[in-house]
Amino acid sequence: MSQLARHATVALAIARKDALSELRGRQASGSTLFFAALVLLLFGFALGPDSQRLSEAAPGLLWLAIVFGGLLTVARLHQLEAEDGAFEQLALYPVDRRAIFAGKALAASTAMLVLGGLLLPVVAILYALPIGAAWLALIATVVLGAIGFAAVGTAYAALTVRMRAREVMLPLLMLPIVAPLLLAAVKATAAALTGDPFGELGSWLQLLAGFDVVMLVVGAGTYGFLLEE
Amino acid sequence: MKTRVLGVAGLLAVIGAAFFGLFVVPADLNQGDAQRIMYVHVASAWIAYLSFGVTAMAGLGYLWRRDLRLDAIALAGAEVGVMFTAFAIWGGMMWGRPVWGVFWQWEDPRLTTTALLLALYLGYLLLRRLSEDPARRATRAAIVGLVAAVDIPIVHFSVIWWRGLHQGPTIGSPDKLLHPSAPLQFVAALLLMLGAFTLVWSYFMIRRYQLARIEWQIEEHGRVGRISAARRAAFGAPAEEPIR
Repeated sequence: MSQLARHATVALAIARKDALSELRGRQASGSTLFFAALVLLLFGFALGPDSQRLSEAAPGLLWLAIVFGGLLTVARLHQLEAEDGAFEQLALYPVDRRAIFAGKALAASTAMLVLGGLLLPVVAILYALPIGAAWLALIATVVLGAIGFAAVGTAYAALTVRMRAREVMLPLLMLPIVAPLLLAAVKATAAALTGDPFGELGSWLQLLAGFDVVMLVVGAGTYGFLLEE
Repeated sequence: MKTRVLGVAGLLAVIGAAFFGLFVVPADLNQGDAQRIMYVHVASAWIAYLSFGVTAMAGLGYLWRRDLRLDAIALAGAEVGVMFTAFAIWGGMMWGRPVWGVFWQWEDPRLTTTALLLALYLGYLLLRRLSEDPARRATRAAIVGLVAAVDIPIVHFSVIWWRGLHQGPTIGSPDKLLHPSAPLQFVAALLLMLGAFTLVWSYFMIRRYQLARIEWQIEEHGRVGRISAARRAAFGAPAEEPIR
């Protein structure tokens, strides 16, 4: 078996393990989704009943809800490991650290994708958004956003999971890092919803893809140090 | 002693550059005296970028060589950089109020980027405070410093594009200062201030590095003390053999 195929097997096994434990336990997904939906509801209260203003702000609100829910999601994936001392086991596996990172990031991306996919219709209903025609561009945006957030989140959750005050430190460290992702994702979503009148959708998706690649490379390169600490 | 000479030289240089910028160079035709803030503001911003570059490189070096001295350099860079960043933002706001009419201009990409820069490295410093073990702290800090450093260019581009849709800033941007049409005296005042700030920066970096080493010794001392106290409690006699 080639080197790459072996790494892919390891990554898939780790991602599958995380997905299975979440599917069977369903401890985090329900509460995270509920929290994110609640955020969307409260944004409606904060911005008032003017439906015109709400639908203008909707792309930003959607992505803020994804970011807030995502913080819980990525933290959860590493807390599970740390609680049962499984982190040390993971570090002892005689496999490439980058494959472990890929597995954790894949699990986190999948969770983020589910979160984004479920929040999109909630936003569409609450803020009266016409997502029908723009679905392809919206899916591309959510996929790229999910991967980028998961890449940063996997590295930073591993970094903070054994710290005091990790609940505060993870958002504190992550939010400024994902600021360009938030910005690009909101712009891409808004462009997709309005039919891309300025032809800027492609640029924002490219920026998102660039963010993803950079953060995946940095995450894969540094994850080993975090496992071994 | 040599470090003190550097400090005094830096102080004198700042005084000299400030005198030149305030009294020798004429006021800008459009912006008036407010434009003089730019000499301090732009110099601080450049020095801040230099500091964060040092932090990222020293962090990378730490991950490679596992030398805590490199971590001390990274810490010095981050702390001094945060100070200069805050100074740059403050100066920018003081300049923005008379020239733009507002303290905060969302459409200026540099201002928004710099605000995020400050948030990134305040997080870095907080992270250091919350990790006790020196090696762990150094590893975590190195990674955070590295991620922050690769994030900055992305932030910068995204904010520039973000503004791109709206019309560009209509009133003077800091770029004008270095535009070839800017009077030579203006450029000289900026470069003078930059040189003076670099001296001060070197002084701060050295002092902060020395301080980090002392802090490290105190930490180590405390840890050894706790171990011998624990031994005394456990065995009822002072530890005879040297620890470690």
